[in-house]
Amino acid sequence: MSSVLVDTTVNGDPVQFACPTEEVLMDSLRDRVGLTGVKEGCGTGDCGACSITLDGQLVCSCLVLGIEANGRKIGTVEGMAEGNALHPLQEQFIEHAALQCGICTPGFLVAAKALLDDNASPSEEEIRFALAGNLCRCTGYDKIVRAVQAAAKQMRKKK
Amino acid sequence: MAHDTSFTNQDFKVVGTRVNRPDGVDKVTGRAKYGADLSAPGQLVGLFLRSPHAHARITKIDTSRAEKLSGVKAIITSADLPDLTGGRQIDVLENCMARDRALYDGHAVAAVAAIDQQTAKKALKLIKVSYEILPHVTDVDEAMKTSAPVIKDNIFTSGVDPKPKKPSNVSKVSEFGHGDIEAGFKAADVIIEKSYKTEQTHQGYIEPHACLATVGPDGAGELWVTTQGHYTYRTVCAALLGMDIAKLKVTSSEIGGGFGGKTHVWVEPIALALSRKANRPVKVVMTRDEVFRATGPTCSTSMDIKIGAKKDGTITAASSVLRYQNGAFPATWAMLGAMTSWACYDLKNVHSIGYDVLCNRPKTAAYRAPSAPMAAFGVESTMDLVAAEIGMNPVDFRIKNAAKEGTRASYGPTYGPIGIGPTLEAAKNHPHMRAKLGKNQGRGMACGFWFNFGGQTCTDLNIGSDGTVNLAIGTVDVGGARASMSLIAAEELGIPYEQVKAHVADTSSLGHNDTTEGSRGTFSSGMATIFAARDAIEELRKRAAKMWGIPLEAVEWAEGEARAVGSEHGNLPALSLADIAKRAASTGGPIAGHNEVVADGAGVSFASHICDIEVDPETGGTKVIRYTVIQDAGKAIHPDYVEGQFQGGAAQGIGWALNEEYIYGDDGRLQNSGFLDYRIPVCSDLPFIDTKILEIPNPNHPYGVRGVGETSIVPPLAAIGNALSNAAGVRMDHVPMSPPRILKAIEEANG
Repeated sequence: MSSVLVDTTVNGDPVQFACPTEEVLMDSLRDRVGLTGVKEGCGTGDCGACSITLDGQLVCSCLVLGIEANGRKIGTVEGMAEGNALHPLQEQFIEHAALQCGICTPGFLVAAKALLDDNASPSEEEIRFALAGNLCRCTGYDKIVRAVQAAAKQMRKKK
Repeated sequence: MAHDTSFTNQDFKVVGTRVNRPDGVDKVTGRAKYGADLSAPGQLVGLFLRSPHAHARITKIDTSRAEKLSGVKAIITSADLPDLTGGRQIDVLENCMARDRALYDGHAVAAVAAIDQQTAKKALKLIKVSYEILPHVTDVDEAMKTSAPVIKDNIFTSGVDPKPKKPSNVSKVSEFGHGDIEAGFKAADVIIEKSYKTEQTHQGYIEPHACLATVGPDGAGELWVTTQGHYTYRTVCAALLGMDIAKLKVTSSEIGGGFGGKTHVWVEPIALALSRKANRPVKVVMTRDEVFRATGPTCSTSMDIKIGAKKDGTITAASSVLRYQNGAFPATWAMLGAMTSWACYDLKNVHSIGYDVLCNRPKTAAYRAPSAPMAAFGVESTMDLVAAEIGMNPVDFRIKNAAKEGTRASYGPTYGPIGIGPTLEAAKNHPHMRAKLGKNQGRGMACGFWFNFGGQTCTDLNIGSDGTVNLAIGTVDVGGARASMSLIAAEELGIPYEQVKAHVADTSSLGHNDTTEGSRGTFSSGMATIFAARDAIEELRKRAAKMWGIPLEAVEWAEGEARAVGSEHGNLPALSLADIAKRAASTGGPIAGHNEVVADGAGVSFASHICDIEVDPETGGTKVIRYTVIQDAGKAIHPDYVEGQFQGGAAQGIGWALNEEYIYGDDGRLQNSGFLDYRIPVCSDLPFIDTKILEIPNPNHPYGVRGVGETSIVPPLAAIGNALSNAAGVRMDHVPMSPPRILKAIEEANG
């Protein structure tokens, strides 16, 4: 088993870790960097619970090798709040009861942030399709979509 | 001390408000710790080797090469586990680890603990298992034939007289009903009889089973685990491994969904056995493939439903024959199906019979109102057929026959105040019922029932020296329970919600609590919380009396403070909870409330759903365009999370109705053990799901709570089937009503 030293930026901070070549980034982030907000639901890119951004691009970290993160910028749910101020999406998810068990929540937040960074006023349909790669089994998505709509509104007001 | 559990119809101050949940910040920041999120120094990785065969004799397991691999610390096969033959838990242990036979594709045959994932994977490849392949059966109707391979030679059908001499795949026969069925059908103007099939589905919780197990040479152990019932896991694991219950501390992690699937042990006892053998902590995280193949989905079914009615809409007789595929170990799911099938209706002549059947599929587990959705699919589809035949509106037909207070239920008891009539009336009057439909669109509705459950419950309420309150509950928080319990404690104590912090206690810190199942969390822990708070109030009054030096009778508790009453003491300034707590050390020590209860009297639950669907006649593709859930909650403690239960259950039912199914090949292997091929509804599949909460108080709970978690999955299968029938003119009798099946039905209908 050979490991490679990976040099990355995680949520704005410089991070280095030694990574076996066959290890996926999801495992590296969880087991080596300690970011367990990155969740494993399937390991095959079907559920979105491990969603992160890589150089700003939304990806399933279970489909990326750890060594591919070398020299790149990683964003996870742990980096969404600024200091002790929650991101509007985080606030609205709580406010709208958009989570029950909460295991899918980090992935939804990262995916929804990627959407709103790209499109400040998404329609309901655009929200539903942008989040179609994230599975939630508790909520039926109703309150999640409403929370994203409310966060988008809140963020537009701020600007 | 016995408490009066009767409904009191009090006015609420905080109960019923939509407060933010106490675990919200942890869950939106990634800080909340689930089953796979805890690690221990020196921990090993545990992995399982599983049978690729549906049914096979295990003739030899050679682990010698794997044992020699550097970094392998323990290997477990059935030879390392106690022989529980003749004991109650034999099936549980045999499901965790196969003994002489592998009974389904995915059945565990060996487990390894090694220093890392890579080493453990290598070790699995070095274990050589010799199999002698046996004939298998995966279909419930096939399994009931005399020609079918007998899966367990120690199973003789129970519930029939005389006791059979030959073993059978039919493990149990259960019958319910009353009246004279034959006379009832004779009196009918119209009789509809139809057969249905439903395929096997999985709860599909997003978090796979995961645990961190530690057992030392002293026989003491700890288990961190995602579960709906950490006390049950403790009892079962201790029994399977010969441990003392008090020496095994089980902590329930945050749970990433369960829906019934995390009520049984799967890998956990083996993780403990690996740890005991290696004397190191062992972490096991199942893959999604393992979750599908080797944890408990719900049953596939086959059934015959028959309803006879007069032209005026009165049902004269109803019967159901239900065959439920239970997987490789005996269960009683058909019995539950038979009990629930006619529970919505007031019937003079009714009969149901359930056959519980073994197959070479995974051991089945509860899935949200277990067994009810399938029976309801058959019954509620047939109800629409009868309504059409006699030319009556399907809602009116149901209203005419709906059960009410005093109705003798088909499964035995006589109902108290219930919600089936009111949910039907609400459905009839809902604007959704009058909304316009477009081309290829149709509307359907259906009803559902679930028993609800209470059970053993224990709660502690501890008051801090600043007057803030810790509430320790023992039912796992699966959908917002900490918020609801905090609301209840705040209501009773008369303090703000924010002054209470609830947590789920581990098994060593609080007395036994039954598993969080049967929609019991809010009902039973709510009851225990009410009484624990009242217990604490008694103590607070005593302390206030002591502080004032007046008799206890002269102290009353109101709005979060002790008040001296009567002409003698009435002028004393009130003492707040914080005032009293501050002085606890000098008035008798810590102030706490406590309650243990067997929460009886869970209130039965009913729902009516309305669904609009659009069908593409060229592809058989469907889209749910509008959906409304109307359900009786008894009392909604936190309406957001009651709505959440309604919406989530409906979404699961929609997935079950339209897409989800276990697909087995002729070789008896599961072909779609991943979320790509076992497709649960995604965000773009669903519309907003409208909800209406009715509150018909349960007379056996101080707040009127019934339990709301499960009923919402019961009506969708039939509601969608009925909507499809109206949209495309085809009556679907096989769930899921996937595009190929719908297309075939349309093509057949068109000749």
